[in-house]
Amino acid sequence: MGHPVLILVVQRIALGLVLLFAVSVLIFVGTQILPGDVAQSILGQSATPVSLANLRAELGLNDPPVTRYFNWLGAVLQGDLGRALTNGQDIAEAMGKRLGNTLFLAFWAAVISVPLAILLGLIAVRYRDRWPDKVISTVTLATVSVPEFLLGYILVYFLSVKFRLLPSLATVYDGMSLGEKLYAISLPVLVLVLVVLGHMMRMTRAAILNVMQSAYIETAELKGLRPFAVIARHAFPNAVAPVVNVVMLNLAYLVVGVVVVEVVFVYPGMGQYLVDHVAKRDVPVVQACGLVFAAVYIGLNIVADVVSILANPRLRHPK
Amino acid sequence: MTDDLARLISRIDASRISRRAFLNRTVAFGVAAAVGTSLLASGARAQEPKKGGTLKMGLGGGETTDTMDPGLADSPVPFSVGRQWGDTIVDVSPDGEIEPRLAESASANEDGTVWTFKIREGVRFHDGSVMTVDDVVATFRRHSDANSKSGALGIMQGITDIRADGGNVVFTLSAGNADLPYLLSDYHLIVQPGGGVDAPNAGIGTGPYRLVSAEAGVRYAFEKNPDDWDTTRGHYDAVEIFVINDATARTSALQSGQVQMINRIDPKVAKLLARSPGVQVKNVSGRGHYVFIMHTNTAPFDNKDLRLALKHAIDRQEMVEKILDGFGGIGNDIPVNAAYPLFDETLPQRAFSVEKAAEHYKASGHDDSPIVLLVADTAFPGAVDAAALFQQSAAKAGIPLEIQRVPDDGYWSDVWNVKPFCASYWGGRPVQDQMWSTAYMSTADWNDTKYSNPELDALILEARSETDEEARKALYGKIAAIVHEDGGTICPMFNDFIDAHSDGIAGWIEDANYEMMGGYASSKTWMA
Repeated sequence: MGHPVLILVVQRIALGLVLLFAVSVLIFVGTQILPGDVAQSILGQSATPVSLANLRAELGLNDPPVTRYFNWLGAVLQGDLGRALTNGQDIAEAMGKRLGNTLFLAFWAAVISVPLAILLGLIAVRYRDRWPDKVISTVTLATVSVPEFLLGYILVYFLSVKFRLLPSLATVYDGMSLGEKLYAISLPVLVLVLVVLGHMMRMTRAAILNVMQSAYIETAELKGLRPFAVIARHAFPNAVAPVVNVVMLNLAYLVVGVVVVEVVFVYPGMGQYLVDHVAKRDVPVVQACGLVFAAVYIGLNIVADVVSILANPRLRHPK
Repeated sequence: MTDDLARLISRIDASRISRRAFLNRTVAFGVAAAVGTSLLASGARAQEPKKGGTLKMGLGGGETTDTMDPGLADSPVPFSVGRQWGDTIVDVSPDGEIEPRLAESASANEDGTVWTFKIREGVRFHDGSVMTVDDVVATFRRHSDANSKSGALGIMQGITDIRADGGNVVFTLSAGNADLPYLLSDYHLIVQPGGGVDAPNAGIGTGPYRLVSAEAGVRYAFEKNPDDWDTTRGHYDAVEIFVINDATARTSALQSGQVQMINRIDPKVAKLLARSPGVQVKNVSGRGHYVFIMHTNTAPFDNKDLRLALKHAIDRQEMVEKILDGFGGIGNDIPVNAAYPLFDETLPQRAFSVEKAAEHYKASGHDDSPIVLLVADTAFPGAVDAAALFQQSAAKAGIPLEIQRVPDDGYWSDVWNVKPFCASYWGGRPVQDQMWSTAYMSTADWNDTKYSNPELDALILEARSETDEEARKALYGKIAAIVHEDGGTICPMFNDFIDAHSDGIAGWIEDANYEMMGGYASSKTWMA
């Protein structure tokens, strides 16, 4: 105990928790200043003054905000995310399913894109400034530059409408086999892979190239090692920290940033769930989603930092 | 069975003189008569329906927050879902007649204050239990409870008593209403076991399809109800509804063959979609209309001349062409059109006139300060563009219209019914009385033009209980003329419902009641 690495890791996690608490305050304040009011939005154009007053009282909207914040936080700490105002569903239960779907999509996108990005990065470095490098860089730069909805629509047009190879609807539901689910999500996975690939690949390439300037790489080269071995075995391990960072950033995007892709492919994930409830001013759900997204984001960043700490030889072997 | 059929059809034939004459007769003589056409309609079909297959529908207008409670249904998907598993006691046929569903017949006393509906016998709910008159009574009581959040609460307000009387349900009204069957056809009023009091979300009814699974905002699955009391419908083995809110995703799902029917086609793409192979676009003009509403009790809109100036300054033809791409009809500053029974065709169509607009504007003595119109696309699709067109045509008459674009969020709470001049949308109602009394009576909660005119209020009440068809039509003519001239509504257009289906579907018929054949697309079509 007391190893400096351990202290650093514990500090990093503690900082993450403090950050999460701060975010919870921000989320709560943010949801209070949304325009309109929940009761009105639930009832929509058909609201009458009497039904509005009834609903407001029923929803507890007449309590002061501070009271509501601490009531909410207390419940969340006990694992109770509350009930949706609009339809009375248990949020944890409803969200669990949606989060599961989002993670399912993110998992397959990550499983394909992360190794692919690193492999392509290694190849690009190996053939630096020659045609493989140029092709990889150009293609990934193009896919990362196109907005994901446009990429989605282009793929739907060609692969679903024109040639009918893959389904344009990615709706998944209970009772589907794994194979059916994978077939259903093939297009959104493809879009996500294309969107995140460029970022990760270019970061890998840049980080390795940076390391390639080092004296020990020159030594390895002078020893006569094959170029790919030099890159993969000597350069890459020293470029892990920045690569992990960008990988985590993209994983976070795959979980919290895929609203647009979910809408285009009608995928029942967290993004659609959140959008529906924002539109209806279903504050408890919006708060719960915000908190989960923040936790995912902060969690993945902690992982990235911890990996960076562990991957740093100077920290692992302090003098 | 054949005897029954012959009897029913002969009665229907007798009743097809006119909807109103027929209703009048039942009102005048208190005769219980069949009010039905569904068997006739199926007999009249050229093609015999085929059975089997799974129908997949891609529908926009559903959310994760939806429930199965028919009383809370307020958007297209919950509406369509209700049509799969439930029945109302009566419904409005595609040609505007009242047709029997769970009630076999209806009759009223002379002044239309007591209505008796004979409830069909031997109908089973999906859980196997037999539907009773008590279930029907309990259903109506649930929706008329003052604490109910039901969307049908407003409709039920004129009903003072609902009771069972043998095989009948009897409604007593505070004032005569010749249109009661139309009100009771409201889609919220699905008959549920025990009235749905204990389990409003169960999705158990008497409809053509039984609920298999429901995931709000994602997918609903149904299978054929083998015990369906109406054997002329429900031709598919199974029906699936996929919620697809993104318009592009919806059309591509149809084009790629993943669904066979979609709703809510954007008028701007309808013609393009119609050109793609294997797809048929179906549009039908309905009662929904797009409006700009002025609060008649707020300056400067409390000035009749200014209201008339603005009414003359809008180019309705251009709006229908550019905003609806031709998929709609021209409005005439009243909330009703020829799709309504007893519509008065003699009311002159108001045309775009720079001269008249300028004349009235001058007469209003307005100080040339900008007239602010609040608008967001949530009011109706293309509302912002429509406002821009309005601004340009008004400018020609020297009227300084200023467009203020506001967020979609909170539009219905912060702008509509609050600000004195904004864009809005009305879905229409089955009968004129309901449209006028919902939005133009001075006492109505949804009187969104804040129009108060004792003469109009009296006329609406008079028309409601008037049982003579001609007299009633004349009253509606007077009502329309008053609102046309004096009201706060600028109604440039009535929008079409635009749906589409694949070539594999047969039996599609025009139904102006609502999109997707009034919700009966899955009941009445079949696999070609």
